[in-house]
Amino acid sequence: MSTQRTFGEILLKVEDVHLSFGGVKALTNVNFDIRKGEIRAIIGPNGAGKSSMLNVINGFYHPQQGAITYKGVTRSQMKPHEAARQGIARTFQNIALFKGMSTLDNIMTGRLLHMKSGLLSQALYWGKYLREEVAHREKVEEIIDFLEIQAIRKTPVGRLPYGLQKRVELGRALAAEPELLLLDEPMAGMNVEEKEDMSRFIIETNDQLGTTIALIEHDMGVVMDLSDRLVVLDYGRQLADGEPDEVRNNQAVIDAYLGVTE
Amino acid sequence: MFYREAGQFKTSYQADQAIFPIRQDLYAYIAFLAVAFIGVPLLASDYFLSTLMLPFLVLALAAIGLNILTGYAGQLSLGTGGFMATGAFAAYKLSTAFPDMHLIIVFLLSGLITAGVGIFFGIPSLRIKGFYLAVATLASQFFLIWMFNKFGWFTNYSASGVISAPPRTVFGDFYITGPQAAPVTKYLFCLSFVVLLALLAKNLTRSNIGRKWMAIRDMDIAAEIIGIPMLKTKLIAFAVSSFYCGIAGAFWAFLYTGSVEPLAFDVNRSFQVLFMIIIGGLGSIMGSFLGAAFMVLLPIFLTNAPHMVGVEISVSTLSHLEAMVFGVLIIFFLIVEPHGLARLWQIFKEKMRLWPFPH
Repeated sequence: MSTQRTFGEILLKVEDVHLSFGGVKALTNVNFDIRKGEIRAIIGPNGAGKSSMLNVINGFYHPQQGAITYKGVTRSQMKPHEAARQGIARTFQNIALFKGMSTLDNIMTGRLLHMKSGLLSQALYWGKYLREEVAHREKVEEIIDFLEIQAIRKTPVGRLPYGLQKRVELGRALAAEPELLLLDEPMAGMNVEEKEDMSRFIIETNDQLGTTIALIEHDMGVVMDLSDRLVVLDYGRQLADGEPDEVRNNQAVIDAYLGVTE
Repeated sequence: MFYREAGQFKTSYQADQAIFPIRQDLYAYIAFLAVAFIGVPLLASDYFLSTLMLPFLVLALAAIGLNILTGYAGQLSLGTGGFMATGAFAAYKLSTAFPDMHLIIVFLLSGLITAGVGIFFGIPSLRIKGFYLAVATLASQFFLIWMFNKFGWFTNYSASGVISAPPRTVFGDFYITGPQAAPVTKYLFCLSFVVLLALLAKNLTRSNIGRKWMAIRDMDIAAEIIGIPMLKTKLIAFAVSSFYCGIAGAFWAFLYTGSVEPLAFDVNRSFQVLFMIIIGGLGSIMGSFLGAAFMVLLPIFLTNAPHMVGVEISVSTLSHLEAMVFGVLIIFFLIVEPHGLARLWQIFKEKMRLWPFPH
């Protein structure tokens, strides 16, 4: 699918990022960009620094060195809720849903940045606030339809099976109407059928909503099929950056994945 | 068989968002309110109203306050007694300094003052969680009680340190506070306030801010990443919670006991309210009422039950027994049903929806 697709300007640019925890270097000199409308994959063996990279992008970790340019604004630090406000949403490797709340409420929390009513009108739950709540409920119902989770609308997410929880988490991220969606191993631990469903949702999100996606995934088949371009990390260093075919034939990448005799 | 939503179709999201989406629930609620507003005042004795219903309502209000903070927003607090004392003393200072101020305004203002105090003591919650936060709020509890004992200004320099509610009327010449006030008027005034505030609390917890609170409670890191400002949301929870506790404290002093000393709001009060929400149900407005009813009724039951079966137990043994029963119950609920009586009620309703069929 990467052949006829064309992309807009650079949405996010990562330049010379270094991140370390004490003596452990999580990221060393990482440089890449994400263009508007593309699906960008970040791959690498375990502990390569992929999740750290996502955490840097959405402001959860602050790199010691380097700059991140998002929508033309360069910054070295940003708070997570500021990143959310600027249109960056994400899902987590270990599901981070709000377990005590229903599917519907979980996805509604994704809308909270778009809701403006004050405390008093929420307490009254009347007139303006009621209209706002219903309007956002309609948006959320669109997402519920899109992800085909109508039947579990009122179920507390703690009771849902793993695959569905992953889907609800995607729903919560989509509800924020992000420009950049970060997916941390959206298919980990899923069977083939669930993976196919999830791949379909990712492609449709990108295709119909025009959302730019950065994803981390271990299933190489999925990554090669879905992504337009890949970044390969190993031990925090950047091994390769390019289209799937280039990366597949890159000797450094093959060595990192298969090991090399010295 | 009778409790069933068959045939009730919702055609709008508004109908689906209602507090009682099933019609039978709504009817039951209206009937319950009718009993509380009409039946109880007609039938109940003054003794019943002033020793059972008033403490029940006041403690239920405090339990709603603590439930918002602990049950919904997940911030464990042991400062409830201190906040109730703040409300009581604020109401006392306001009503004695401004004798013409309407009593409803006095109560609302004392709630707002307590909210301010709550925000101040909520600031550490940004950095500390769980038991450590509980200890920090415990400090506020001791500090506030110490302050009201220490400085005579709060009690208008009364020698005993006791404050007495000045006689005040609402709606013409109905005395609400003071010796002339009839228990029935006190009860109805208190009930109206509590019902209204409970409704507002229910609305808050099912709206945007309620979802933010629960998000912080369930997974604070994810909450921050989806864009919830931590400090602001936690402080709003402290403010709203303290507002409720403050009004509850003012009611305690003005409507229930009539006169009060700071010791009435010591750390035991905080624990009592905490036990209420644990037994009643964390994260449930209804649970606050159930827990309060349970905590008010159980001691009375324990006092009278031995008499009924002809066993005489000394008063001191009874009070030990009471503490033991509460201790066992708390452990039982924490292990078996952490969501308390409210959850048991919910399970019962789900069974009723199917009854008499197995599934």
